[in-house]
Amino acid sequence: MSRNMLHNKFRYRWQPWVIPLALIVVWQASGWAGWLSQRILPTPWEVVKALVDVIKDGTLLEYVAISTKRAFLGFLIGGSIAFLLGLLNGLFPVAERYIDSSVQMVRTIPHLAMIPLVIMWFGIGEPSKLFLVSLGVAFPIYLNTFHGIRSVDPGLIEMGRVYGLRRFSLFAKVILPGALSHILLGIRFALGIMWLSLIVAETIAADSGIGYMATHAREFMQMDVVVLCVILYALLGKLSDLAAKWCERRWLQWHHNFA
Amino acid sequence: MSGKDGGTQLHIRNVSKMFGPTRVLSGIDLTIKPGEFVAVVGRSGCGKSTLLRLIAGLDRVSGGAILADAQTIDGIHADTRVLFQDSRLLPWKKVADNVRIGVRSGDKVLALEALQLVGLEQKAREWPAVLSGGQRQRVALARALAGHPRLLLLDEPLGALDALTRIEMQQLIERLWLEQQFTVLLVTHDVSEAVALADRVIVIENGKVGLDVRISLPRPREHDSGFAHFEKLILDRLLVKQPHELAVSQREDSFSI
Repeated sequence: MSRNMLHNKFRYRWQPWVIPLALIVVWQASGWAGWLSQRILPTPWEVVKALVDVIKDGTLLEYVAISTKRAFLGFLIGGSIAFLLGLLNGLFPVAERYIDSSVQMVRTIPHLAMIPLVIMWFGIGEPSKLFLVSLGVAFPIYLNTFHGIRSVDPGLIEMGRVYGLRRFSLFAKVILPGALSHILLGIRFALGIMWLSLIVAETIAADSGIGYMATHAREFMQMDVVVLCVILYALLGKLSDLAAKWCERRWLQWHHNFA
Repeated sequence: MSGKDGGTQLHIRNVSKMFGPTRVLSGIDLTIKPGEFVAVVGRSGCGKSTLLRLIAGLDRVSGGAILADAQTIDGIHADTRVLFQDSRLLPWKKVADNVRIGVRSGDKVLALEALQLVGLEQKAREWPAVLSGGQRQRVALARALAGHPRLLLLDEPLGALDALTRIEMQQLIERLWLEQQFTVLLVTHDVSEAVALADRVIVIENGKVGLDVRISLPRPREHDSGFAHFEKLILDRLLVKQPHELAVSQREDSFSI
């Protein structure tokens, strides 16, 4: 790579960070100068101190682990059901005719608006949180899986049949790989909704997890911890999105978008 | 290396095909000998591709029967391979893995041998997306031949290629056919291609066989006067004005230039 290209690459690396860093500096400066009351928004430095405290007394790891476990368990439950349903309806038009409209009807209900009902049905423990997360992730995964299966190039399917691929091998070699880019997109959407649903679910009388940490801190006016929780949620969301993108890059090497 | 026991023999008996109310083929009667190279030409929409699909087993006949080696075709036959107008390679498999689809056992060695036949063994580890159109069709041809088919059905496979690549592919197909002795049915709109490659050219007209001419030129085919004679024979038949076109050209208020 030429010297110029090397310099360019480095420039591309730090340029996106200029504005965020500047914002943090302004934020910190405003706090120091007294323009920003500690009760409204603590400074970055105070958030970092809160982080250190929470790591020291061991609660950070425990709460993050619990929240993550809840989120991914809900994702697994809701995602698997939705994925299988999407496959079923995508592969068999008969199934679609029976099932799809009912799914679409349920989809129009904003799941977070159902919280009072959910509390009535499942109480305020783990099941209600899992239910909310599952419901939230289900629809992006269902839709994208279904659409992915339906948009596989019929020419490729015909070729597969001509070359003797039957049922399962046709599915495994042609249909599923063809639908994969859509399915992974559905998963990325679902991951975002997963964290959103988790955040809301954890406000329902949580006794553990990041939501609990935030609610508890708010009651004691510990705004630095509250801001920390917001940042933690954001980081977890970003990490899971990165993981999904890594999967995309790995499994979709052949796709012109990722080449 | 010849195909197992030579090519498939085809008997097409009074075959007709309807798509809903539209009759696309009616009363097609043909016998194709093992190892024969037959070209089917005709105008767009005349039913030539439909005939190929019926022989491939991708569609069912509405009437009559097609027999491959005295057995009625019912669905897709293991010894029949199709080459489509687009290469239809799986984008998520590398070139060699695509060719392996053509081999029942998935044997890598056979796949590589097939790639060598078409001169693309260097590209075995590439993704199909980086190949040119001609290269992709060659891979598709390798895939079709990897399983040593006895009947090769070609559905306008060279239509999307540029003129020079087309000529090279024609020569490749002819050479491999001469080596392996399978039966070939080539559907094409290019009369020149049909005369250059086929033993026999069939013109489909209004869903029926309009002309069935044996090309008695020696191989390798030269574009000499004999070639031109056959081309003219077939083109004249193809370009015969249909009744509705005659009516238009005889209108009183039209001009002849």
